[in-house]
Amino acid sequence: MENYNNLSEFQLSVLSEIGNIGAGNAATALSHFIADKVMISVPELQIIDVNSMTTILGGPENEMAGILVNMTDDVKGMLLFLLEKDFICLLINVLMDKNIKGFADISEIDMSAIMEIGNILAGSYVNAISMMTNLNIRLSMPQVAVDMVGAILSYPAAYFGIMGDKLLFIGEDFLSGENKIRSHLLIMPEPKSLDLILESLGVS
Amino acid sequence: MSRLVVIGISDQQIATPPDILITYALGSCVGICIYDNLRRIGGLAHILLPEAFGDVVGKTIYKFADTAIEELVRMMEKRGCARLHLTAKIAGGANMFASNGKSIGERNIETVKKELQRLKIRIVAEDIGANYGRTAEFNPGNGSLTVKTAGRGNKVL
Repeated sequence: MENYNNLSEFQLSVLSEIGNIGAGNAATALSHFIADKVMISVPELQIIDVNSMTTILGGPENEMAGILVNMTDDVKGMLLFLLEKDFICLLINVLMDKNIKGFADISEIDMSAIMEIGNILAGSYVNAISMMTNLNIRLSMPQVAVDMVGAILSYPAAYFGIMGDKLLFIGEDFLSGENKIRSHLLIMPEPKSLDLILESLGVS
Repeated sequence: MSRLVVIGISDQQIATPPDILITYALGSCVGICIYDNLRRIGGLAHILLPEAFGDVVGKTIYKFADTAIEELVRMMEKRGCARLHLTAKIAGGANMFASNGKSIGERNIETVKKELQRLKIRIVAEDIGANYGRTAEFNPGNGSLTVKTAGRGNKVL
């Protein structure tokens, strides 16, 4: 699979199911984390180029937290979570018992909490892939960048520029109490790994 | 009326005063501003990767440092610019996430510099590297490059 454009509707719906299960796992994990019920919306899966993605994410200069995790073993590639300011502040405030309002208030220790959230989210999705495909996937330590979303996206764009510039993008809403927070996830298996996933799912 | 000419990833444009060239949120990408001081013509290229591979056709040419810069210079010369008067300012090439070995940002910077040297265009100012994003705003009226960041201030080069 040299290009995500070549995926069929059926293959996309199967991949979207991975997103569904992953999001379910993530919601359960987040519920434990913040000791409150977390619900999720149905994920929207899109194949999209970087310029359009930055538009969806509030424009290239919109500040977001990017959490990057590398996948190795049977499946190679990266996962990139893009989380809105509200999402990060809510989680830090609950976890660290604080009352921060913006990215400028984030301390070094808060950053480690964000990394931990990244660990949990990445684990949720990767377990979904592993479970459905029986493939082994190992995750690296998460890395966090809080910056303009366009700049964060240049990283996967450069690495996957070789794959026709399109990226596989999942957006979903997490709902907790009054709060509705949107999470964005880029799943970027290398071409061979994507083939392997599709093959293992019986839809190659 | 001054117009804001927006340049996306893997794109480039030429402008004259009072228009302003802008490219948002450069991460590992590099923004290359080329200026003809005498004719007040500015060009801005936003490259994604250092070296071209595969079939480089149509707009793909703007994606790579080793094909985009030469094309921008060619377009500027077509507009009457003389190579002798061209100077460059560059921004970007950050390393947004730590990587093993040489980062894509570093490789981009390296190739951009090599290309400008090959084309005999002097770099008069730069704001490159580190691990944060930059928006580059280039004014063909006076050749100034304003670099904006998220939480790290702005500077004029």
